[in-house]
Amino acid sequence: MYRLGIDVGGTNTDAALLDNHLQVVHTVKVPTTKDVESGIFNAISKVVKENKIATSSITFAMLGTTHCTNAVVERKRLNKVGVIRIGLPATTSIPSFTDWPHDLREEIEVASTIISGGYEFDGRLISELKKEEVLKFCREVKGTAECIAITGVFAPVNKEQELVVAEWVREELGDIPISLSHEIGSIGFLERENATIINAALRKTGKMIVDGFAEALKELDIKAEMYFSQNDGTLMNESYALRYPILTMGCGPTNSIRGSAHLSGLQDAIVLDVGGTTSDIGVLSNGFPRQSSLSVNIGGVNTNFRMPDILSIGLGGGTHIRETKDDFTIGPDSVGYKITQKAILFGGDELTASDIVTRLGHAFEDYKEQVEHLPASFCKQVFSKMTEMLEDAIDQMKTSSKETPLILSGGGSIIVPHMLKGISNVIRPDHYGAANAIGAALGQVSGEIERSYSLDQMSREEAIEDARKLATEEAIRAGADKSTISIVSVEDIPLAYLPGNALFIRIKAVGDLISIST
Amino acid sequence: MRYIDEVAIEKIALGAAVLGTGGGGDPYIGKLMAKEAIRKYGPVRLITIDELEDDQLVVPVSGMGAPTVTIEKIPSEHEMTAALEALEKVIGRKVDVVMPIEIGGINSLFPIIAAAKKGLTMLDADAMGRAFPEAQMVTFHLDGYQPSPVTMADEKGNTVVLYPRDGVWAERLARVLTIEMGGSSSVCDYSMLGKQIKTSVIPDTLTLAERIGDYLLDPQLKEQARINKMLEELRGYRLFEGKIVDIERGLNSGFTRGIAKFEGIREDYGKTFTIYFQNEHLVAKEEEKLLCTTPDLITVLDTETGYPITTERMKYGARVAVVAFPCHEKWRTPKGIETAGPRYFGYHFDYIPVEELQKER
Repeated sequence: MYRLGIDVGGTNTDAALLDNHLQVVHTVKVPTTKDVESGIFNAISKVVKENKIATSSITFAMLGTTHCTNAVVERKRLNKVGVIRIGLPATTSIPSFTDWPHDLREEIEVASTIISGGYEFDGRLISELKKEEVLKFCREVKGTAECIAITGVFAPVNKEQELVVAEWVREELGDIPISLSHEIGSIGFLERENATIINAALRKTGKMIVDGFAEALKELDIKAEMYFSQNDGTLMNESYALRYPILTMGCGPTNSIRGSAHLSGLQDAIVLDVGGTTSDIGVLSNGFPRQSSLSVNIGGVNTNFRMPDILSIGLGGGTHIRETKDDFTIGPDSVGYKITQKAILFGGDELTASDIVTRLGHAFEDYKEQVEHLPASFCKQVFSKMTEMLEDAIDQMKTSSKETPLILSGGGSIIVPHMLKGISNVIRPDHYGAANAIGAALGQVSGEIERSYSLDQMSREEAIEDARKLATEEAIRAGADKSTISIVSVEDIPLAYLPGNALFIRIKAVGDLISIST
Repeated sequence: MRYIDEVAIEKIALGAAVLGTGGGGDPYIGKLMAKEAIRKYGPVRLITIDELEDDQLVVPVSGMGAPTVTIEKIPSEHEMTAALEALEKVIGRKVDVVMPIEIGGINSLFPIIAAAKKGLTMLDADAMGRAFPEAQMVTFHLDGYQPSPVTMADEKGNTVVLYPRDGVWAERLARVLTIEMGGSSSVCDYSMLGKQIKTSVIPDTLTLAERIGDYLLDPQLKEQARINKMLEELRGYRLFEGKIVDIERGLNSGFTRGIAKFEGIREDYGKTFTIYFQNEHLVAKEEEKLLCTTPDLITVLDTETGYPITTERMKYGARVAVVAFPCHEKWRTPKGIETAGPRYFGYHFDYIPVEELQKER
């Protein structure tokens, strides 16, 4: 039995085949195509053919893709959305779509309304829902809106009103796709509303991803269960992906870190991905990427979406080295993918980081003569400066002065020395070029809960226990095997200025895919 | 006299977050509200205290409540002016000028919305020079002025008039009402005539916030240079650079109290630091050595952008530069220290100005 991981990147589409024990069997790389689907098809057929396995032995197929990000950034294939906000008389000082790029708003908005309703922080009503307001709006957008986004004040604390409004929308508009904010985000109204609207607008794209992947598998006669990578390093099944296409955004860096973790067998480490232009440093903590605390901007829109915490510095295999009067500069520009023509070692005339390490005998043994004329002492100076840049950046990402292992990935990682300050050992695993696709193939699913509790009726411990239970249920809903579920993060934030009673809790549970462990 | 436009608001919001010393609420919401109001009603007239007439009636407009509520229950347009209108009714005369009570955080921007909507002039001054957690922590209180009558409003159409006996009672009563109103309210207090206000406010703080924002948003400057320019402007100090290695939050009589621990990075490698906060940052220490204490200002900045980080957003692993600024001299008087010094917040040591602490370093 095998599982298949696919990663669609900007340049390449990678595929990886893993066996039952999650050992990497084979990886391939093909160019990403404009329509994306044919790239996926090419990658799968290549990995299957080269390895000559029976397609019937593939039981899981996982896809990590940039479809959704591209759709928003390029403003293409987006659905028209009718936007309902529940919160009147509150929230009127900032209407929906405030602070959005004009063109994206044009592309998405059919109409927006603020209706009566919403909750207070403690669960009381701001005001009662009025059905007539919902029906009136529905009649206005009938025939033009393809999807509806519904966001209620404090819906993460109580989802009831969002569900009722959705029901009323269906009464008037039939089986229209509806995005509900409590399913998408946490406290932070505007960011959650933005994410909910974007999610609604991605319906079509989400369907295209799911259908395209299904089609490619079917053509190759692969009857595997389909899964889709999320930005937090876990998977979701088909029906989840159709409902939450936004969650596929930003899974690339996460998969890369997860894949590196798997290849190295480590749970906690620094991950350094060196490409042609940049070095991207992430932190693997408990087997998952550390998340950034900053809110993420998608195509010009602020969302409450979380992404891995990545530090990028302008140092890669193709980084330009320039001599100045009595010194030198390193980057930040690079020859990029033209390295095979422009770097000195490949017969070009531009001095790059790769030339430096080749001259010092760290890489490209066969091209040594090309760079022999470079003064060794100069190259040593540059190399130690490059090392310093990496060490400084790594140190910024570390959370303690304790030495940590470093896992390398990416084609440019030849420029990294074997020893670095603050690093216990440098690991270069096999198959590191396809870490993304491997990361996609690693089947874990998660459930996350974010809500406020009133501590008047329960203790903090009881509240956290309740949240744990809910997160576990969420993970099971996402396809996790109950016996493998563990809680990977617990965060609680008291709500300031409210005496002794309100606590906001965020908990995440993770487990293996059910059919693997049974 | 000048006008506040959308560009100015962008800068004021960022500068206000610096002066918010970790608290005062995330000005992002305030920024969007103020920009929306200016788009709708036009730019707001801003005057200095020298341009203020002695007989003009000045009213501070502010929001009270939990920042966590405001980011979820976005305020209504109605409540931005409802407390103001209630006050006019109570005292029987029109308000001439509005001002922020607190330059730190979101409250720097609330009066801009009221001014835009009502066509009122705004005063370039505030009564804290920073952010503080309690309503009596204002220069008006230090100067012996009374807040009464206090008007409050929510988005639901409730308005309340209070006649508290002093600033401490105003805080106590208004806080309870705010919670009943759903965790946030708008407040007008300390309404005064121009000739009184002039002697008691901290002048030019809106333009100060704007200048700080200007440095931090300057695309020509690198992060370090942005921070340095700001330090120059505020006569401030770089206390340390570090990574947050531990963060502890707890609830204490309605406030988020907490401790953040840092390990030094770059020049401070190998050292450890601690910041104590109650909504705002109150005390910074290196090991047991005091680096800065309230009422002087302590601000935590993201090392990558130079932008301030609020206490709610401080997170394990974040890389930060911690800076400190001297507070306004009114906070250094015995009454100022009694009202907002370390002992008021339960710390068992005396206030020492940050300049002296830094001289010893």
